[in-house]
Amino acid sequence: MTGGYYSIEQVFHVKAGDFASAGEASSQIKKILKQLGIDSTLVRRVSIAAYEAEMNLVIHSVGGELKLKVTPQSIVVTAEDKGPGIPDIDLAMQEGYSTAPEIARELGFGAGMGLPNIKRCADRLNIQSKVGEGTLLEIYFDIKAR
Amino acid sequence: MKVSQIIEALSLKVLAGESFLDREVCSGYCCDLLSRVMARGEKGMVWITVQTHMNIVAVATLIEMACIIIPEGIEVERKVLDKAEEEGVIILSSDLTAFELAGKLYQMGIVPVKVR
Repeated sequence: MTGGYYSIEQVFHVKAGDFASAGEASSQIKKILKQLGIDSTLVRRVSIAAYEAEMNLVIHSVGGELKLKVTPQSIVVTAEDKGPGIPDIDLAMQEGYSTAPEIARELGFGAGMGLPNIKRCADRLNIQSKVGEGTLLEIYFDIKAR
Repeated sequence: MKVSQIIEALSLKVLAGESFLDREVCSGYCCDLLSRVMARGEKGMVWITVQTHMNIVAVATLIEMACIIIPEGIEVERKVLDKAEEEGVIILSSDLTAFELAGKLYQMGIVPVKVR
């Protein structure tokens, strides 16, 4: 980081079940972070978390938004959808547990590692969900001063 | 070791990314579950998979892989190869199985990814 002041916010719409263009939003996020000169290890962590969040929207939600917010101190990736919601978050956080449908599993998704991968990449994670209403996932990354 | 050396040693066919073949290979991994690959993936790794849909390009790009090898002569759709070309992802093809490819790469000195 050069220490320059900036603040960026970008929203990507993610369609449910659209496996063909899935990954586009996280690829864009990666490009933006690279252009900002963010440390490459951090770019990888954010990209992986963003990809898993994007895939969760594609596989599990009725569609939603992936948002990137970058300030000089932090990067926040937010995934928000309007349903169907997660009945048991603790269970969803368990590695190996998956509710992915057959069509997703055939493509190699549904290993039950999405949320655990996100957690491992992030500095902090906030997840709120209500069945019938939707899920809000906020993934925080600190930008360490050099 | 460079991707071009692997291509020569294993007689692989280049399906996409012809202009990036001097890329350095650091490690290797063989898996068809994308989340597992996202978890284990390392920059510069060779990835052997039977998956051939559009998402392998996204995974390879995000991980910054050296290349993807598709075993058993499985065909890859044109639109996936075009996307790979656009993103600078190398896709190689072989008639060998994933098992044989991994064995040969291991013999050549390509190390496994670190399993954390």
